[in-house]
Amino acid sequence: MNQNSPTAGGIIACPITIELNGQTRQLEVFPWTTLLDLLREQLALTGTKKGCDHGQCGACTVLLNGRRINSCLTLAVMHDGAELTTIEGLADGDSLHPMQAAFVKHDAFQCGYCTPGQICSAVGMVSEGRAQSLGEIREQMSGNLCRCGAYPNILAAIEEAMPETRKTLGAVQTDAQKGVREVQP
Amino acid sequence: MNPFSYARPTRIDEAISLFQPDSRYIAGGTNLLDLMKENVVRPAQLIDITRLPLQGIEETAEGGLRIGALVSNSDLAWHPLVERHYPLLAQAILAGASAQLRNMASTGGNLLQRTRCYYFYDSTTACNKREPGTGCPARSGLNRIHAILGHSDACIAVHPSDMCVAMAALDAVVHVQGPQGERQIAFNDFHRLPGEKPERDNNLTDGELITAVELPASGFAEHSAYLKVRDRASYAFALVSVAAALKLDGGTISAARIALGGVAHKPWRRAEAEAALVGQSAGDAAFNAAADVLLQGASGFEHNTFKIDLARRAIVRALTDAAKGVAP
Amino acid sequence: MNSMTSPLGKPVDRVDGPLKVTGQAQYAAEFQVPGLLYGSVVNSSIARGRILQIDSSAAEAVPGVVLVLTHANRPPIASYDKAYEDEDSADGASFRPLFNDRVLYSGQPIALVVAENLELARYAGSLLKVEYAAEPHNTDLRARLGKMHKAPAEIPPERGDVGSAMASARYRLDVEYSSPVEHHNPMEPHASTVHYLPDGQLEIHDKTQGVQNCMHYLEAVFGMEGQIRILAPFVGGAFGSGLRPQYQLPLAVMAALKLKQSVRVVLKRQQMFTFGYRPRTIQRIGIGAGPGGQLEALTHQAIGQTSSFEDFTEHVVEWSGMLYQCPSVRLDYRLVSLDMYTPLDMRAPGAALGVFALECAMDELASAAGVDPLALRLTNYTDRNGNQDKPYSSKALRECYEQGAERFGWSKRLPEPRSMREGNQLIGWGMATGVWEALQMPASAKACLGPDGRLKVSSATADIGTGTYTVMTQIAAAALGLPMERVDFHLGDSSLSKAPLEGGSATVSSVGSAVQKACEELRQKLLDATQQSPESPFTGARLEDVSFNAGNMVLKSAPETSVDLQQIIAMTGALEAEVSVKPGEKRNEYATSTHSAVFVEVRVDEALGTVRVTRVVSAVAAGRIVNPKTAGNQIVGGVVWGIGMALQEESQIDHHLGRFMNHNFAEYHIPVNADIGAIDVLFVDEQDDVVNELGSKGVGEIGIVGVAAAVANAIYHATGKRVRDLPITLDKLM
Repeated sequence: MNQNSPTAGGIIACPITIELNGQTRQLEVFPWTTLLDLLREQLALTGTKKGCDHGQCGACTVLLNGRRINSCLTLAVMHDGAELTTIEGLADGDSLHPMQAAFVKHDAFQCGYCTPGQICSAVGMVSEGRAQSLGEIREQMSGNLCRCGAYPNILAAIEEAMPETRKTLGAVQTDAQKGVREVQP
Repeated sequence: MNPFSYARPTRIDEAISLFQPDSRYIAGGTNLLDLMKENVVRPAQLIDITRLPLQGIEETAEGGLRIGALVSNSDLAWHPLVERHYPLLAQAILAGASAQLRNMASTGGNLLQRTRCYYFYDSTTACNKREPGTGCPARSGLNRIHAILGHSDACIAVHPSDMCVAMAALDAVVHVQGPQGERQIAFNDFHRLPGEKPERDNNLTDGELITAVELPASGFAEHSAYLKVRDRASYAFALVSVAAALKLDGGTISAARIALGGVAHKPWRRAEAEAALVGQSAGDAAFNAAADVLLQGASGFEHNTFKIDLARRAIVRALTDAAKGVAP
Repeated sequence: MNSMTSPLGKPVDRVDGPLKVTGQAQYAAEFQVPGLLYGSVVNSSIARGRILQIDSSAAEAVPGVVLVLTHANRPPIASYDKAYEDEDSADGASFRPLFNDRVLYSGQPIALVVAENLELARYAGSLLKVEYAAEPHNTDLRARLGKMHKAPAEIPPERGDVGSAMASARYRLDVEYSSPVEHHNPMEPHASTVHYLPDGQLEIHDKTQGVQNCMHYLEAVFGMEGQIRILAPFVGGAFGSGLRPQYQLPLAVMAALKLKQSVRVVLKRQQMFTFGYRPRTIQRIGIGAGPGGQLEALTHQAIGQTSSFEDFTEHVVEWSGMLYQCPSVRLDYRLVSLDMYTPLDMRAPGAALGVFALECAMDELASAAGVDPLALRLTNYTDRNGNQDKPYSSKALRECYEQGAERFGWSKRLPEPRSMREGNQLIGWGMATGVWEALQMPASAKACLGPDGRLKVSSATADIGTGTYTVMTQIAAAALGLPMERVDFHLGDSSLSKAPLEGGSATVSSVGSAVQKACEELRQKLLDATQQSPESPFTGARLEDVSFNAGNMVLKSAPETSVDLQQIIAMTGALEAEVSVKPGEKRNEYATSTHSAVFVEVRVDEALGTVRVTRVVSAVAAGRIVNPKTAGNQIVGGVVWGIGMALQEESQIDHHLGRFMNHNFAEYHIPVNADIGAIDVLFVDEQDDVVNELGSKGVGEIGIVGVAAAVANAIYHATGKRVRDLPITLDKLM
């Protein structure tokens, strides 16, 4: 550990390297810093939202190695070497990701606070490839609360964006399914 | 969260040797960090076990499955062998939490989930589980989600897992390793009833680490059903859940398993209830009789007596679904 | 003005949509300030008593902790009640955070720990040792009914002769309904980022529905007139929770003033249960009706809860005196003071509760009289508000009934309960009426057309997800005939033109009217500018003689005579108009309301009691709909809220502790995606030139009103069980 690393409460910050939205970032984090607080407070990437901080709302959903997770319930220090995609990393320059565009088109939000989490979750869900029907989308998107109640519009947006999103997955999809594949007999 | 130190061993023996009384192992972290943020748990050290070689799902020589403790809930539920041979387990896992949480939560960690009792979580209140000897305000307080079976004067909390209910029904075996070496614990002996020591959820000793969960060959794939009854359609803990599994010989039951979730400090099984089904013809009469046996001694509190009747109805429904062989 | 190209009435995409889907929209806790410190609030664990001592030594010993702020060391704050009043205050003395050692409710903020790092502040907060002298508390409404008092509300006096009308009625009904405490729980927790500027002034990003309300509050509390600016460009939902300044705001300001540094305070989800809420109510409805179900007498008594320091009132019972034709009506509203925080307006305050009771009672009457529930509403239809004895400015409720019923297929309903089923599922159809006030408040707006050809319009209002940015852009673009891309609307800044609180479904009506008027003045200025030169082709033309279209001003009588607005601005320089608009006088002669008809299908598992709302049709009459896309979304959201209210939402309090215990999203249930089936919204045509210039009534509340009743009525139809106590959880149906 670096002699100049920041300390707090007698604990020294730990160095980690993550691939964040396509960029390699070398960071120093305290052990108790959640992935969410790293993004919001240390890296000023506030697109990922804190709604409950306890894994009960989904507003903090990000894609970790291509899989959707609650960034509030995991420690940044545990993800040395990981690949992370946040809402800021989904668009291709000025061109919105198909899921983002569909959310605008279908007015799949009101206040917008749950929206980045909904979108990351929807992309993660498409990558999992387990939602074939509207009922399955509803169930598999139930980890993302929307207090404004825009669920029907969220459903419509996801339904429309699924095929295009599938096309964008490529490498991400491989990663997400790796866990399943490597243990196949 | 309190300040703590962090270690990331890569070998199991290294992890175990790092363990101190105020250490905690962390894998998915989905429950531990939740509890740490509420100041319910305050470890001085976290030992990150995610780099240990506890991944993977393998077939055992006996035709069962050995599930590494670090296998995530979603990988387990969606594993082809689990989907094919243990649909009860897949259904139970998918009935729990959310997709995001299932992607993080580990198999071992799921066994170690702590109760959702309001008083356990709110550190301004008394709680025998959190602070032994302080009392149990749930007994005379808000107890709609609490136990109807196996509770004690000290604690009426319930175990919140869905996965464990299926594993209990399937007679899984928990493999652990600790400072004293390796041992295996039958699933039904893993979790405890609260008794006088509600602070202990399970029979692990200090420093012991779950390394794997093993499923026996029979997964009751033809006739099983997991039914979860809850206050909303998804993303809610069970009021009552039932893992039901049958073997049918024509219309006659040749083997049966029933485990209940949301009703006790551990997944609730009674060999007598299962024995009562064997030899009977699958139908309401036998299912009701088995429910009577399984719920023998059930007693509720001010807000949760409905769970007794609800459990009975859920048992009958789950057994009916299992007998039909329908995938819900 | 409303030409073919006008965006008014079009389902245009939200102008702030791209910012929201890319994560660039910034909320109160997301503004970066150099040298920022983090505050974490510590709350009381007792419901009533005194703080004897707060031992902060362990907290202060944590490296990185810079301050533990309590009532004992806070900076000076005002000592008069008046200073703490805000635009949404209830009668009484507003709560004063960290004022003294008194504890008035469980969860009251009693300290703020400030540290260099968020997690350290939270941890240090857990190390405070607080010694209390607890006193007995009361938090149970039902246990304190003997102590209720008359609500300080203007309830319409009794009309007709309720006693004899009730006595002679063919059908009589006397039923009690109850509803629990609910919390707003917007997804964004309340947060304030206080930027301490070098000159000691404060620039604050706060989560609020009223930036000027918060500014005036802080100015008065801290004696800082003219030194505070509040910003809230994006608000992550509020539903009423942002109508009053919440405690994180004054606490963050105290810390910033004390430390002369910038401070951020964000509430935890648990702390979102430590201020205002929808109050628990017990309501009693009496109905006397004739043979066909025609109302002859109606009584509605509501008992609500309030705090020990304020009397919170809302319009719970008034709806029963105005929704139907009824000659004899008696309304009554009482309060019980409890050791809890003051309730707070929450989506359709009062109406969500009162109309639930009324519309369930109407369904019970329909059953008793053997009349179809929809036919019963038509039998008792009225075009006049009986409370005020005034005609409605418009009321297309009949069309709501007709079109909603048609869309739902209501005519196929079998009247008998338990008459429709599919396997284990009992199917039920229910309906209810909804009503809300069509309010208008005084509001101001400024419009400025600059040399770049862009129209900047602004007002200190808010967009809490309601679509204010978009709708105001549409109104301004339409008024000046500009494409929406050339209009920028600014809000959420206390330095902008005066605007009322964003609430009560009144923003389009109030601020929209001001925007419209400001643009009209700008049109006059543009016309005046072209008439400066005597040879102008517009000489002698009045405003009604020209139209504004596609960036041009056009002479109606000779459409070839047109001038590009940018050309005018090139001559004059930027033109600006700022106006204030008050509700029109002609409103005085009318009652103004929005209405809806809600039709619901439920499926109830016969054995397990689980309820799914599979289908909802909500037909709404709300005057002119400026944007059917965002307005439709508001109604959908209201319906989702109604489903949550009917089936799930309940803040559970342990009366021994006097404390809410399910203070999280895992146990305070709001609907998830899987709970919501098809929701079909339709807006019926409703012309109204009385409510305001736009003819628009607002849609934020009407979507929820009546939904819980329609669900309860559908459950009755499915199961034959009347559940009169919300939420209708499965245990009540077993």
